[in-house]
Amino acid sequence: MNDKKVIWKRKPLIKNRLLRIGLILLISTYLLSVFLTTEIDWQRILEGIPRGKNFIFAFFPPDFITRSDEILAGIFESLWMTIVATIVGILISIPVSLGAAKNIAPKFVYFLSRGVITLSRSFQEVILAIFFVKLMGFGPFAGMVTLSLSTIGFFAKLLSEDIEDINKSQAEAIKSTGSSWFQWVNYGVQPQVMPRFIGLSLYRLDINFRESAVIGIVGGGGIGSTLNTAFDRYEFETAAAVLIVIISIVMIVEYTSSHLRKLIK
Amino acid sequence: MPIIKQKDYKTWKKFDRKRDLQNWLCWFLGTLIFSFCFGLISSKTIWFYVFDSHNEALDLLGRMFPPETNYFLTLIKPIWDTLNIATIGTTIGTLIAIPLAFLSANNTTPSKKFLRPLALFCIVSSRSINSVIWALLLVAVVGPGVLAGIIAIGLRSIGFCGKLLYEAIEEIDENQIEAIEATGANKAQIMTFGIVPQILPAFTSISIYRWDINIREATVVGLVGAGGIGIELDAQIGDLAWAKVSVILLAIVVAVVFSEWITAKIRKAII
Repeated sequence: MNDKKVIWKRKPLIKNRLLRIGLILLISTYLLSVFLTTEIDWQRILEGIPRGKNFIFAFFPPDFITRSDEILAGIFESLWMTIVATIVGILISIPVSLGAAKNIAPKFVYFLSRGVITLSRSFQEVILAIFFVKLMGFGPFAGMVTLSLSTIGFFAKLLSEDIEDINKSQAEAIKSTGSSWFQWVNYGVQPQVMPRFIGLSLYRLDINFRESAVIGIVGGGGIGSTLNTAFDRYEFETAAAVLIVIISIVMIVEYTSSHLRKLIK
Repeated sequence: MPIIKQKDYKTWKKFDRKRDLQNWLCWFLGTLIFSFCFGLISSKTIWFYVFDSHNEALDLLGRMFPPETNYFLTLIKPIWDTLNIATIGTTIGTLIAIPLAFLSANNTTPSKKFLRPLALFCIVSSRSINSVIWALLLVAVVGPGVLAGIIAIGLRSIGFCGKLLYEAIEEIDENQIEAIEATGANKAQIMTFGIVPQILPAFTSISIYRWDINIREATVVGLVGAGGIGIELDAQIGDLAWAKVSVILLAIVVAVVFSEWITAKIRKAII
């Protein structure tokens, strides 16, 4: 019998010791440089604490009544905007996603469509909204255009990935019947991506509603405008009411959309 | 898939009559809803501006080119700030999300009646308020600057990471837990040796994914005063200095593409 004790130790996450220490060093230098270059005005924060308290207390009780007309109008505007933008965005996304699928599109179209997707994904909705508000004037139309365009980046990207994953033999079977390109896409590809298509649409509807709450802040109409007005008037009670309404609608939309997505699966 | 007989030959149709009618009805209703909503939007739109927008766009593009390239040097600090807002914000968000996720996962929550709904409520309310709105609130409390941005991004990330993480926890393999339990491990040991290794891959990919999103979000929190490149963008748009704005937009595209490239690299290295 040998009296050496056998001790089990958990394997380290990264096997290479040098890499492990290097990573730790890298992260700590990064944190240090962030700490050194970030100006944090502690004075202002100390001042802000009582202000924050007032601010939070001003939220209670939320005031749904005084501006109820504006809140309702804002919500409905957001809803219209969301629905129209989602539909328009999806309609534009379909050709783009076909173009961005490697197995369908020729190289030239592929790169073009990928470019469109990257461009649409690079800019946050709010930045796009600023420009469209400038180009098309205040109101829900600019918001709708913004949401439709940012839908493309999301929808076309995910849908094209799904198109790339389709079962090839099914598509080939359709092709072997002598179908035209359009028939091939419609009968060979479309049925295979349909479940994902519906799931993504519902998901995007949910996102678009949430985003519609912020593009209003820069003039894109909807509930965001109501919220911004409330902040500008220092009516924090109304602002709180608007926030609560946004949260509850988002919850309802999210719950229904995830429930529907589960049903489809 | 019915085969329809027409006098002397057969044709194939994808759906039978009933299904065709149903589909048609759905399309009809969809179009109706769409036109109704569009009508409402259209009634609030000044179409003159919309039809004039291409002229406006051309004019704007003309002012944007050529970009004022040497302006880029002053942008380095804001870009650095933006990256920091995203990175530190994501770190804070994920760190807070971990305990919340454990509290709200069905199989690890200590109390189903009280703590779970509470944790779920935190997650949902964090998710439903956009970072810009969080930033709007926080700028009023902690003052304009990077800190407000970091907290805003962190708060928004909690919900996202918490939700995905608790779904990952709920999907873990119970057999492995049982095996650890059979060795006589206590609760903390089950956690570290049974649950954590199973959710670690999900955790890393969730936080990287969120980081990628947060780079984008960090570019806009500045528009309401919460630090980063957004402040610069807001200032230059306010000054109508479009040649500088185009440099900022270019910088944002570069930052986003860069973050996407890094996330793809890390994801490949992990999986």
